Amino acid sequence: MSARENIFRKLRAATTAPLPSPDAAIAAHYASLPRTAQADLARVQLAKDFAEKITAWHAEVHIVPRSTWVDKLKEVVAAKGIASLLYAPATTHGKALAAAGVAGLKPYDQPIDGWKRELFENVDAAITGTRGAIAETGTMIVWPDADEPRLMSLVPPIHIALVDADTVVPTLYDAITQQKWSAGLPTNALLITGPSKTADIQQTLAYGAHGPKELIVLLLTGEDAQ
Amino acid sequence: MRAHETTHHVQFVPGSEFKRRAAEVVANPFLKKSFRGAMDFLMMKRAAQFPDPELLERQRDLAEHIRRYSLARLPELLEQLEVNLKKNGVQVHWAETPDEANAIILDICRRHDAKLMVKGKSMVSEEVELNHAMEAAGIDALESDMGEYIVQLAGEKPSHIIMPAIHKTKQQIAELFAEKVPGVSYTEDVDALIQIGRDVLRKKFMEAEVGLSGVNFAVAETGTICLVENEGNGRMCTTVPDVHIAITGIEKVVEKLEHVVPLYGLLTRSATGQAITTYFNVITGPRKPGEKDGPKEMHLVLVDNGRTQAFADEQLRQTLQCIRCGACMNHCPVYTRIGGHAYGTTYPGPIGKIVSPHMMGLGATHVLPGASTLCGACGEVCPVKIPIPDLLIRLREEATHEAKPGHAPMFGQGAGKTAFASFAFKGFAFLYSRPALYRLFTWAATRFRFLTPANQAGWTKSRTPLTPAKKSLRDLLAERSKH
Amino acid sequence: MDRHYPAGPRPTDVYFFATCLVDLFCPEAGMDAIQLLEREGIRVHFPADQTCCGQPAYTSGYADQARAVARVQLDLFPNDWPVIVPSGSCGGMIRHHYPKLFADDVALKAKAEALSGRVFELTEFFVKVLKVNWKGSGNSKKVALHTSCSARREMGTHLHARELLAQLGNVELLNHSHESECCGFGGTFAVRQPDISASMAGDKADALKETGAEKFVSADGGCLMNIDGTLEKRRDSFRGEHLASFLWHNTERAGEKE
Repeated sequence: MSARENIFRKLRAATTAPLPSPDAAIAAHYASLPRTAQADLARVQLAKDFAEKITAWHAEVHIVPRSTWVDKLKEVVAAKGIASLLYAPATTHGKALAAAGVAGLKPYDQPIDGWKRELFENVDAAITGTRGAIAETGTMIVWPDADEPRLMSLVPPIHIALVDADTVVPTLYDAITQQKWSAGLPTNALLITGPSKTADIQQTLAYGAHGPKELIVLLLTGEDAQ
Repeated sequence: MRAHETTHHVQFVPGSEFKRRAAEVVANPFLKKSFRGAMDFLMMKRAAQFPDPELLERQRDLAEHIRRYSLARLPELLEQLEVNLKKNGVQVHWAETPDEANAIILDICRRHDAKLMVKGKSMVSEEVELNHAMEAAGIDALESDMGEYIVQLAGEKPSHIIMPAIHKTKQQIAELFAEKVPGVSYTEDVDALIQIGRDVLRKKFMEAEVGLSGVNFAVAETGTICLVENEGNGRMCTTVPDVHIAITGIEKVVEKLEHVVPLYGLLTRSATGQAITTYFNVITGPRKPGEKDGPKEMHLVLVDNGRTQAFADEQLRQTLQCIRCGACMNHCPVYTRIGGHAYGTTYPGPIGKIVSPHMMGLGATHVLPGASTLCGACGEVCPVKIPIPDLLIRLREEATHEAKPGHAPMFGQGAGKTAFASFAFKGFAFLYSRPALYRLFTWAATRFRFLTPANQAGWTKSRTPLTPAKKSLRDLLAERSKH
Repeated sequence: MDRHYPAGPRPTDVYFFATCLVDLFCPEAGMDAIQLLEREGIRVHFPADQTCCGQPAYTSGYADQARAVARVQLDLFPNDWPVIVPSGSCGGMIRHHYPKLFADDVALKAKAEALSGRVFELTEFFVKVLKVNWKGSGNSKKVALHTSCSARREMGTHLHARELLAQLGNVELLNHSHESECCGFGGTFAVRQPDISASMAGDKADALKETGAEKFVSADGGCLMNIDGTLEKRRDSFRGEHLASFLWHNTERAGEKE
């Protein structure tokens, strides 16, 4: 018999009393949290909570109007001395960047296999969009796809992320249920909460363990939310 | 660095050695102080995450419900997981033993002519001793989690499941790096030390043909694996090399993504007192046509290694509820005093005492369930409410008795049975179930208290002898009623 | 741990289950506990056939032997009176583990469950059932409190002991570091793992002494013997006292005359 057959035979031989699904209890739990009650509050409050939390996780947050985020990005690029900025040319934000003529833009338009070393050694920063964010924990939902691949938010030392304030939800549970994750997950979805870090040496916190050393969030809002 | 040049196979410590190893650590004031400091820090951080005890209790109830429900449906969820993983292009493998798991992984590596495997943190890979099997086959298996990297560089095993290098000071790590990493001079600066690790490992991520990871949660409904981490090395291992192999125990599966949410929230808060980790990596298949990165091939190895034995018994099955947060060890007064290595098992601390007998057999581990005061701190903080003290008592019973009629013997059943203990407890039962005899005993023990031995085995090693009172309580009561 | 306490009139009679440790090693504590109960106007019945709750065998994995001993205790308390135990860990054994121990026998299980429902740790009984109103007598004192782990986690005894001490007015309770940590007794653990146990007992003794208290009190004989034995071996004069003895010697009913 194969290992698989043996394992299933042993598992099925055990007596197992059925238990009710926890679905309702989970839904009730998240409905009972004060955080969820805030869903009816102005989205601005959720965005503000998100910004506060992710700042506490060591991210740099800039709140900018949707219409002028490219200008802010230019400022960030200049301030950080970013010479090479990886971007996704087929995305809406990628097109806006190209149109605005941001300096040092490098398109991610080839499979990684041909330029792995270059990505690891010669790219200063990458800019990506996000699918939303979570107020409770200060977390970004990053949803890589063929146009905006997964390594963009991992390999370059600086990750710049665009978060639309209207996409902030109270909890991860809200994100998964409202955005119907189960109906169609990408090959690699990510929650990102701050730059890469470790406390493996004597419980001392250090940033930039393997992934980005810096996370810069451009939180895009309406003009009046400023 | 080539792993097989710098590491050596660390043997599991046999159970009989436990006492000696524990005594060594306890006698080392430096180690004792450093474990105490680290555990105090972790306990404080966890406590800060749970200011409301009632809310915590509700969360634990919910998490326990989810884990018990998942285990109650384990065979069907595993089947569903397999079907959906395959649909997503993931190759699924099953291993009953560590050797089978290693052979599967080695076979994949050989097909890709791999020379280097980079590894994200995986306790199951430690459990099957994967690094040793890879080394023996001439493949470098390089740990990339900072703590695991340090431990591997030192030729040791992790001493904690979440913080593998918790037994090491920054001075020791500084010395280790200066000695083992070419071109590095001694520095105690933690940021600088992390940068050294980062620079070494980034080159390896690029070179490696295979990346290996563990799994924190496997989701049956979507055919997804979830990984929890702060560093980004897990993402590197699952994204950069052409082949990604994930390895996990069969108990890690849950039905739906929604079921992961409460477990993830408790996992990070219980483990390190963090509300969330930097990365939550949700993987649902290898690179699709048209995608520009990600592994071209992805495998999941599902390992039994004794888990079906725990599953077979409804009480012992609770062991499999574990989500590997490590809170039980952080709160354990025994772990705090002896650290992780003395246990001689992959999983130390309270969880190690209840899970290792299924993996390694009671022959090698029967001492461990007994090495607890049953103080209950572990069960109190367990986010999925595993009744660890009850399971320790159960394993003490299995370790000292033959299997009950109609029950399959456990691996190593009865290995801890001694004629002395059997005799002593039979004597205890004989004496204390006969009230008249007991009264005679207390009468004699009080009258002849001068005969109390001065040397009372382990007790008098650090204490004065236990001596009966001059008069027992029943003597005092009898005297009082005369007046 | 949440327990429903019966409302209604105070019990007039209780059984006293002394535990084997109190009977043989600290009988004064048992006597003082009985006198405290009697001071509340309660008749205390001491079943002569009591021996031990069976815990040493139970926690060592010798369930059959524990059952044989526990079986004798099951018959000792025929009337529906509360059963008072001056030890949280023995009380926890009867309350939480007896029903499991007799799970396979319908009649005995029912008996164990009925007994479980009326078992009270001494301080729990004073605070939750008798709702005593005491005050301190004599000079003001500083004490530290150690609560056994099973008393704490199975019975909530640490809260009851604190409540009682807080009533006294002249007694200052000093908190020690790592208060909820085990003293390293653990029954046969102290003998089977003497080095780890010694380390734990030593740390507990240090922490209690470092409070600057004149003594420490505890409602568990096992912990007391462990910590006191450790201190005595060190030739340290700091000592513990059973909580029942401390309360008997240092309290009076509020509103009463001497």
